[in-house]
Amino acid sequence: MPRVPEDLRAGVRATLPLWLGLIPFGLVAGIAAVDAGLTPAQAVGLSAIVFAGSAQLAALDLLASDASLAVVVLTATVINLRMSMYSASIAPHFAAFRRRWRAFGAFLLTDMSYALAIAEFADREEPRSSGSRPQADDGPAETPNGDAQSGDDTADGSPSGTDTVGSTRRWRYYFGAAITMWAVWIVTTAGGVVVGTSVPEGWGVDFAVPLVFLALLVPELTDRPQWLAALVGGSVAVAGAGWPLNLGLVGGALAGVAAGVVAERRAA
Amino acid sequence: MTTTYGPLSIWAVVGVVGVLTFCIRYSFIYLFGRIDGMPPRIEGALRYVPAAVLAALVGPAFVDPGSTVTATLVDDRLAAGVVAAAVAWYTEDMFATLAAGMLVLWTVGGLL
Repeated sequence: MPRVPEDLRAGVRATLPLWLGLIPFGLVAGIAAVDAGLTPAQAVGLSAIVFAGSAQLAALDLLASDASLAVVVLTATVINLRMSMYSASIAPHFAAFRRRWRAFGAFLLTDMSYALAIAEFADREEPRSSGSRPQADDGPAETPNGDAQSGDDTADGSPSGTDTVGSTRRWRYYFGAAITMWAVWIVTTAGGVVVGTSVPEGWGVDFAVPLVFLALLVPELTDRPQWLAALVGGSVAVAGAGWPLNLGLVGGALAGVAAGVVAERRAA
Repeated sequence: MTTTYGPLSIWAVVGVVGVLTFCIRYSFIYLFGRIDGMPPRIEGALRYVPAAVLAALVGPAFVDPGSTVTATLVDDRLAAGVVAAAVAWYTEDMFATLAAGMLVLWTVGGLL
């Protein structure tokens, strides 16, 4: 019986606190889809293929009121534009993965999988610097980066201490977390389709999601520019909370990054 | 209110949004695999993305600007956030943070 790699399990486990928010969210996605007139297959297909809650709900809302298909597509896409930041931010960590895994990993990238992964990766080691050449395939590893945790699973047979091991472990963690959330998302959407409109609102369990994000944010605040990035980002997002298409979120994130960069230059 | 669009239109939307969203997600991951590392300026800026994005995601969930300052500050979610942040800072424990936040949310929410 092959052992499930430690990092894979760690990734799956890391998602557990998020289930509290993910489950109601997925149920709502399913309910909203059938309410909008989608068939069960379309509802589950939407969740499986798009895998982006807020964009899905916005699209469903527009479809229900027979908005033009172009508007539906445009709205959903713009809402998801923030994921380009996740893509840019996590790209250095994905660089050592094989191309098909990079693509699949990209498909599974969401607020949650990004947040979990980036927090974990920052913990373990520095990302590749612009000086080293990223490997497109599973070629020979570059300069050893020194994985801080030793004695864990290295069953992939790679020599320990090289970056190949580090990247395999990171891939397993990310994959474990991301595929779990995708599965939960699909299953709960199906659940929502079946359950219909009889889901109680109460208890505010969806509050668990921002709490998890808060728990992930706090360890990032290691120096003054990071604090500023967070403060500015959060403030702009609050100010723009009413803006359409999640623009408050994107604006906040961009403002926060700018603030961090400026603060860093000032300190230098 | 339900849509009058037929299955072809629905699946077309699902497909197109899916493809476009994948392109967004894959954009930099694909690019970074092809070029020889990122320009140092961009990489420097990327350092702040996690904190900025997480704060932008988190901010509106805890701070709900009301018509008065008091209304804004005396809020169950804000209280929960402050306590949860403190717990996160000192314990660095995800479940402790969650528990603390939810507890404060329920008690303060019940009191207000």
